[in-house]
Amino acid sequence: MGKPTGFLEIERRDRDAAPVRERVKSWGEFLRDPGDEQVGGQAARCMDCGIPFCHSGCPVNNLIPDWNDLVYRQDWEAALERLHQTNNFPEFTGRICPAPCEAACTLNLADVPVTIKSIEREIADKGWREGWVRPQSARRGTGRRIAIVGSGPAGLACAQQLARAGHAPTVFEKSDRIGGLLRYGIPDFKLEKDSIDRRVHQMEIEGVIFRTGIHVGVDVTVERLMDDYDILVLAGGAELPRDLPVPGRDLDGVHFAMDFLVQQNRRNAGDAEEKAAPEGIISAAGKHVIVIGGGDTGSDCIGTSHRQDALSVTQLEIMPQPPLRENKALTWPNWPLKLRTSSSQEEGAEREFSVVTTELVGAGGAVTAIRCARAEMAAAADGRLVVQPVPGTDFEIKADLVLLAMGFTGPRREGAVDDSGVALTPQGNVGAAFGDYQTSNPRIFACGDMRRGQSLVVWAIREGRDCAARVDAYLAVEGKLRA
Amino acid sequence: MTGGPPPAQGLYDPRNEKDACGLGFIANIKGVRSNEIIRDGLQILANLDHRGAVGADPLIGDGAGCLIQIPDELFRHWAEGNGVSLPPPGDYAVAMCFLPRDAESREAAIARLERYVEVEGQILLGWRDVPVDPTGMSPTIAAAMPVIRQAIVARGERVRDQDAFERKLLTIRKQTQNPLNELAEKSHLPGLAEFYIPSFSSRTLIYKGLLLATQVGGFYRDLANPLTKSALALVHQRFSTNTFPSWKLAHPFRFIAHNGEINTVRGNVNWMNARRRTLESPLLGADLDKMWPLIPHGQSDTASLDNALELLVAGGYSLPHAVMLLIPEAWAGNTEMDPERRAFYEYHAALMEPWDGPAAIAFTDGRQIGATLDRNGLRPARFTVTDDDRVILASESGVLPIPEERILRKWRLQPGRMLLIDLEEGRIVEDEEIKARLAGAQPYGDWLNETQFKLEELPPAITGRRPDRAEGELGHIQKAFGYSEEDLKLFLAPMARMGDDPVGSMGTDTPIAVLSQRPKLLYDYFKQNFAQVTNPPIDPIREAMVMSLVSMIGPRPNLLGHHAGTHKRLEVSQPILTDEDLEKIRSIQDVLDGAFRTRTLDATWPVGGHGQALEAALQRLCWEATEAVLADSNVLILSDRAAGPDRVPIPAALATGAVHHHLIRQGLRMQTGLVVETGEAREVHHFCVLAGFGAEAINPYLAFETLDALARKGEVPASPEEVRRNYIKAAGKGLMKVMSKMGISTYQSYCGAQIFDALGLSSCLVKKYFTGTATPIEGVGLEEIAEEAARRHREAYARSGPETLPLGGAYAWRIGGEEHAWTPDTVADLQHAVRGEIPEKYKNFADAINERSRRLLTIRGLVELRPLGPPVPLDQVEPATEIVKRFATGAMSFGSISREAHTTLAVAMNRIGGRSNTGEGGEERDRFKPLANGDSMRSKIKQVASGRFGVTAEYLVNADDLQIKIAQGAKPGEGGQLPGHKVDRHIAAVRHSTPGVGLISPPPHHDIYSIEDLAQLIHDLKNINEAARISVKLVSEVGVGTVAAGVAKAMADHVTISGFEGGTGASPLTSLTHAGLPWEIGLAETQQTLVLNGLRSRICVQADGGLRTGRDVAVAAALGADEFGFATAPLIAAGCIMMRKCHLNTCPVGVATQDPLLRKRFTGQPEHVINYFFFVAEELRAIMASLGVKRLEQMIGRPELLDVKPAVEHWKAKGVDLGRLLHVGKTDAKVARWNSERQSHGLHKVFDRDLIEAAGPALAGGAPVLIERDVRNVHRTVGTMLSGEVARRHGHEGLKPDSITIRLRGTAGQSFGAFLAHGVTLELTGDANDYVGKGLSGGRIAVRQPPEARRDAGANIIVGNTVLYGAIAGEAYFGGVAGERFAVRNSGAVAVAEGAGDHACEYMTGGVVLLLGPVGRNFAAGMSGGIAYVWDSGEKLAAQCARAGVEIERIPPPGSSCGDGAPRPQAASVHDNGMGHPLRYDAERLRLLIERHLDATGSARAAELLRDWPNTCAHFVKIVPPEYRRALLAMDELAMEEEADPITVAAE
Repeated sequence: MGKPTGFLEIERRDRDAAPVRERVKSWGEFLRDPGDEQVGGQAARCMDCGIPFCHSGCPVNNLIPDWNDLVYRQDWEAALERLHQTNNFPEFTGRICPAPCEAACTLNLADVPVTIKSIEREIADKGWREGWVRPQSARRGTGRRIAIVGSGPAGLACAQQLARAGHAPTVFEKSDRIGGLLRYGIPDFKLEKDSIDRRVHQMEIEGVIFRTGIHVGVDVTVERLMDDYDILVLAGGAELPRDLPVPGRDLDGVHFAMDFLVQQNRRNAGDAEEKAAPEGIISAAGKHVIVIGGGDTGSDCIGTSHRQDALSVTQLEIMPQPPLRENKALTWPNWPLKLRTSSSQEEGAEREFSVVTTELVGAGGAVTAIRCARAEMAAAADGRLVVQPVPGTDFEIKADLVLLAMGFTGPRREGAVDDSGVALTPQGNVGAAFGDYQTSNPRIFACGDMRRGQSLVVWAIREGRDCAARVDAYLAVEGKLRA
Repeated sequence: MTGGPPPAQGLYDPRNEKDACGLGFIANIKGVRSNEIIRDGLQILANLDHRGAVGADPLIGDGAGCLIQIPDELFRHWAEGNGVSLPPPGDYAVAMCFLPRDAESREAAIARLERYVEVEGQILLGWRDVPVDPTGMSPTIAAAMPVIRQAIVARGERVRDQDAFERKLLTIRKQTQNPLNELAEKSHLPGLAEFYIPSFSSRTLIYKGLLLATQVGGFYRDLANPLTKSALALVHQRFSTNTFPSWKLAHPFRFIAHNGEINTVRGNVNWMNARRRTLESPLLGADLDKMWPLIPHGQSDTASLDNALELLVAGGYSLPHAVMLLIPEAWAGNTEMDPERRAFYEYHAALMEPWDGPAAIAFTDGRQIGATLDRNGLRPARFTVTDDDRVILASESGVLPIPEERILRKWRLQPGRMLLIDLEEGRIVEDEEIKARLAGAQPYGDWLNETQFKLEELPPAITGRRPDRAEGELGHIQKAFGYSEEDLKLFLAPMARMGDDPVGSMGTDTPIAVLSQRPKLLYDYFKQNFAQVTNPPIDPIREAMVMSLVSMIGPRPNLLGHHAGTHKRLEVSQPILTDEDLEKIRSIQDVLDGAFRTRTLDATWPVGGHGQALEAALQRLCWEATEAVLADSNVLILSDRAAGPDRVPIPAALATGAVHHHLIRQGLRMQTGLVVETGEAREVHHFCVLAGFGAEAINPYLAFETLDALARKGEVPASPEEVRRNYIKAAGKGLMKVMSKMGISTYQSYCGAQIFDALGLSSCLVKKYFTGTATPIEGVGLEEIAEEAARRHREAYARSGPETLPLGGAYAWRIGGEEHAWTPDTVADLQHAVRGEIPEKYKNFADAINERSRRLLTIRGLVELRPLGPPVPLDQVEPATEIVKRFATGAMSFGSISREAHTTLAVAMNRIGGRSNTGEGGEERDRFKPLANGDSMRSKIKQVASGRFGVTAEYLVNADDLQIKIAQGAKPGEGGQLPGHKVDRHIAAVRHSTPGVGLISPPPHHDIYSIEDLAQLIHDLKNINEAARISVKLVSEVGVGTVAAGVAKAMADHVTISGFEGGTGASPLTSLTHAGLPWEIGLAETQQTLVLNGLRSRICVQADGGLRTGRDVAVAAALGADEFGFATAPLIAAGCIMMRKCHLNTCPVGVATQDPLLRKRFTGQPEHVINYFFFVAEELRAIMASLGVKRLEQMIGRPELLDVKPAVEHWKAKGVDLGRLLHVGKTDAKVARWNSERQSHGLHKVFDRDLIEAAGPALAGGAPVLIERDVRNVHRTVGTMLSGEVARRHGHEGLKPDSITIRLRGTAGQSFGAFLAHGVTLELTGDANDYVGKGLSGGRIAVRQPPEARRDAGANIIVGNTVLYGAIAGEAYFGGVAGERFAVRNSGAVAVAEGAGDHACEYMTGGVVLLLGPVGRNFAAGMSGGIAYVWDSGEKLAAQCARAGVEIERIPPPGSSCGDGAPRPQAASVHDNGMGHPLRYDAERLRLLIERHLDATGSARAAELLRDWPNTCAHFVKIVPPEYRRALLAMDELAMEEEADPITVAAE
């Protein structure tokens, strides 16, 4: 299938990005549409492997060789159908997924991988442009009602799958807009938000009811929901940020990344400043910004800071700098540890590795600098390896705004989790087995970050879909028992 | 022993027994009787001794015998002595009887015969004890010898004449014998079943038994008695695959002696018995009813054929007529055949399907004696006519020494031809005459014109077109029939696009149908059988002339009736019907005035039902079928058109098998045709299964609808008509390939022949619906089959199913698709483990493969290992370094994989003391020498495959093992093809071919058409490399154990049993998945059969095909493997990632590609492979420790180590019963269960020992020697051991020309001059048998008629069949005509003969062949290189030539070429045959060759041609493949460029 010798003849060519100087002036997406023909050629590089490693490298198990072939043959509509078979929201993953599929691509072993993510995005975007993405309403309803807590990718995927199976899902969102982390966590330059709106619209026609501004466990009790609904699905994400317990943490100008990012996203959504930043504006404009944490959220902070005209941005990572290149013989097809540069980092940021923050230094209640030391792995009292500062390596960096982007430790307890009383894992996530999704309460299921802890959007979609299937199966069995 | 083989036990089943043999006869043309004839006959027998075999006990042969005319004087003498008054000759008959030893049974037997003699009104004159002399017999045999007596019976008064008497005798014999088995059981006289009547005739008498060839004359004292006189003696020496030969199974039978095998016998016997209600004979009258079953089940194929023949003769056919009816020559595609003769065959085709398979049959009724060959000429038969009226025919020439001057003619039987000697007329009747006479006897052509209707020629039906399905409906119905995306993507679309059965690569790693969690189609439970060793597969492309897809639909005429001429018949040119075709049949009644009536039967059942509902539906279907036939419907259409939301289709194979067998049992099958209209069938294998179980034609309507839809969507770029045509073409090609795999050449005989093993079906189900099919492991029944169909149906009409078809995932792995052993995780874990030396990763890998609870992948997954005793400490278990020596890598050719990958495996295996395998395709010579660092790239196992590429004497002596690849797991029974673009100059060099020219490996080894041929090849290889073990690679199928036993008896040292999972570089997907069985079954059967035979200790058994982990090794050892072959796993360790793109040359990791850029991507290291094998060995050691086993021998062949997993929870697998697989035979504890001794090859006495000694000085490089000797047909493989010696000392270059000259007189045995090395010359005065100059490696052979012979060389055969097969270099001159397949697969030899048989120069890739006389059919088929010249004054060659691939051109006059490239009088070296540039100097080359021929053979013909030289030159034509011409021109161009730019040359 495809073009057997495509990979030998065609070079990898990914989307072009707008030049840094240009793109930091705008909040919009900056990757350019390469056009059908180029994407078709890129798809021809796919070798239709006997074992498509990409297919299992991808958490939603996208049928990558299959739609690559269709794209190569310019049958975009069929490709879209194939893509939607495994992925409810390819326009999201086509933009923000780190693309483990490409790491797993067979071509990545001795060459450079197929531009899978880019092709995925093009299929989805073209589908929307051409009007091929239509609601798929169930032929008959089952009359079973499901309450879903959280409208992030997991909740949305779960809801859509359930609606298409004929059930009646209602999505509860504590915030004022649907989307969860997709909506307020991810900057617009990576994901413009009208793509969420059109999905919501599609899902509404398919029969999903969206209830925003309702914090389950706070505004409505779980008990009440359990009376009204057959099943409750917890898909509220892992929103508890990891904190930095060092002296000076309470200084002004030290914020969690999410507080910073949400403000900007609200602004971009058109909210007035008092609504966008009810607890005070956090701005990077004209400041020396320190981002602590080297992950995706950290990068989002960098990109946002640049667009707010920060004076400088420095990113601190506690782990040592990973190798520039992985040893593919020992890592492929797995996700390798290697030095990656995000588009935001590309826009300019000092990156420091092996740095541990020891103190936040302030003047007048506001942060002015950050005191650090080199980090090394050393055995703690209990024998575990932990990161510790190397004595005598202290140094200081000037800081006007410190953003903590050190990851998330688990779901928020207050609200649905506490109120439902479901058992938790030692890590503090909702306890439910992968593939099963049933919590200690048989009528309550959990999926996405709330169950697995902080992870990728694509995993959330996968869990949402799987969870819907489990719920459907549960209802089918239960239905038989009742009949 | 008299009882024959032991009863079925474990996987051993006596009905798989195969045999082959040597046969011969001598007759006095004038019918003069003498005892000398018998004596000569016995001498022939003795000289055919090497074609037979001995078992574990060298005194036990497989049986031999002799048929003669009734010796009247002998019986008159007896009558006088016993006071009996004997009527005149012809009025009394002799029943030769093997009576039970047990007295009580004997009495019963005698009484029984006497009673029927009386009942049928004949007169028993008395019993004669046959004098026998058991001296020299094996005590085991003597102890089990039957009581041999003759009953003398006189013709009754009411019997009109001798022919009527013969018919009565048949009636008596049938009635006496047919129910013996049942009677024996009922009357508790087991001995009764032993009662056997070898012959009962007033004309002939058979003396045979479980004797060695040399013993027959001594044992039966009658034969030496001067009173015993006969004008003919028909003798036979048997080579059976087993060691339980019986007295009964010895040949000759009543009418025939047979060397060959009837592949279609299962179907033939079924069809014969299906005639119960239609068969009537005016001659036999009511007696016919007494003869049922006409052919009892459970006999050998020859016995069945003999039964059929005697029935036809009794029914009034003349002997030659009956033989032509049973074994017709290839007529369907033969445009050259006389129209009358064609009509004769076509007419008879409707009466009976051919008994298909390789066969040389000698037949006689005492008045005529003759012989015929199958259509493909797959058995040798040479005959000699003397000036004293004798004709001698035998499998070999030289079996009876006759002074040359007395010989009038030496010839051979040609394919499909017959030789007949009419003793009453006192003359030889030639083939042409017999056939012309028979063909002209009736107006067959007129009859056909009046009665035979071709479907194509009928007007279209008037019915309207079926309306298209509503949008979306197609998807539902497709799903109900189990369609997946893969069906569309991998089968339908490619078939419609290219008109070919699609190709894939690597092996199958999915579970067999019964272990799969998902519903499988019933077809998936049937595994195709294929020919291995005991008969050859056919090449359906290059030998298409013998293939035919013609099918007859509808009732068959009465086989024995006179009115068959008026019987209407319907013929289709191939069995796949379009919807329009089917409608024609449905409405045929309107067109053909009532000759046919069609009835459509519904093959669906209501939704919601389970197994019982399905059973009821089948019951209904069968009843309806009976009713329809009884109501005179004579074409039944089984249709699942009614399938839809409310009705579930019955699996079409089930419906077909049920109705077919039901009608057979009712004796109604011959009265009706069976057509299947199904939405289910779509790929080739499906059609095969339907055909195999009785479908005469198939309409795959949903496949056509799907294709239409694809065409509409533009996914196949062609018009709907073209798409259908291509699809049908692809299906037809695929069908022919599958048929030819089994050596079956006509659809008519394939139809109903049931050439399948049922894997995972319960025997109860099989017995009822697929009667007679083997089912080794039991499995699912109707309940599960119904559930599978219901699941598909539910899925199809589910509430919320997706609109798209399921993915499939059977060929390429997909999540949610079929399970595979090789997944991203297992591949990654294994690679990380071996590269980083990480045991934990290997453990992850092994755990995933060995996993048994979540996913069942293999049969071995069903068993648990059971300790033999308490665990032993790990350090007491034999070290891994010892274990890995038992490991080998699989046969992968240099060509299919890159040099980098190939050498990596070799170096790794050499470092650890294991073995790597060259695969087919030779080995580069630089690899024979160790590297400076001590490593070696030399593969210990050198493969000898059917293409013989690069198989030189030097290659063969550089081996530890020589493996004869009979079959490979991925495509058993098929050949291969390396397309020209893959043959780069390195590959061309090692394969001794031309870069850019495609290479074909034929499906069969052309020197192995039977087991005795294999024994010969083993002998050849053992001669050239005495130290090497000779291995035979077989593929698992039911009956492989018996073949393995035959292989052991053929003196192989080693046998590989390969599973169907084995990989390949390219194979049709049909074969990849549907042919062959898992190795567990074949291995267990092999072990059981070898142990039962007492042969196990002599031969090393290797299991191969899908071995991956230490646990796999443990199970294989327990089932009987000494050694273990791995292919895919070590390849993955070296970097393969299962791309399955080997056939495209685009392997992205440089493993299976020759592309220099891609090869650079190869990263594998020997260490990786070594690490893998040590991981496996360590895993095995841990298992051994836990089982309490210290050394591997202790667990080889110990099935008691294996236990069926107690609780199999799988919904389908729960019916699987491994009892037969794990059967522990009751054998002597002394019988070894593993390879503990060596074969005794008897090489001490070979002819060459003397030659080597005599050639001593020359061998050492000294002065040339001349050796003169006499030679006989028992001296086989002359010159080969000597050549091995030359190659060992001097490599391929050998010695200087004519260093060793050997002059011989007489008839040389088979394989004369095989692998003859450069510098050795064999000059033979006399003649030679088959395989002369096989693998010629630079030597020179000349065979000439003796000067005292007065025969015209151009009309006399001088060398046998398959001469110069795989010849690499050297010269050969034959002063006479050569047999079939002259110079087949010649790579470089220069050869001259004065004529040749069919298929000359087939698959030739190089060298020069000159034929001074006429050639047979199919000349130059598949020839891709080299040139041939044929004397063709009558311009006949164009018709004889397989024109597809070659061009015929006239020879330009001498002197018209210029420039370099002129031929030289002498070959320059082993690398340059001196023939100059093949495209220039033709006239000069011709002249030179004729001069050399004259010089070598003294040929009168050559002299004559030279006398009139420039004129005769014009009568020659040149045959050259255009592909070869192009390649040569390309090379010329390259050479010129290189000349112009010397720097490039240096850079290369």
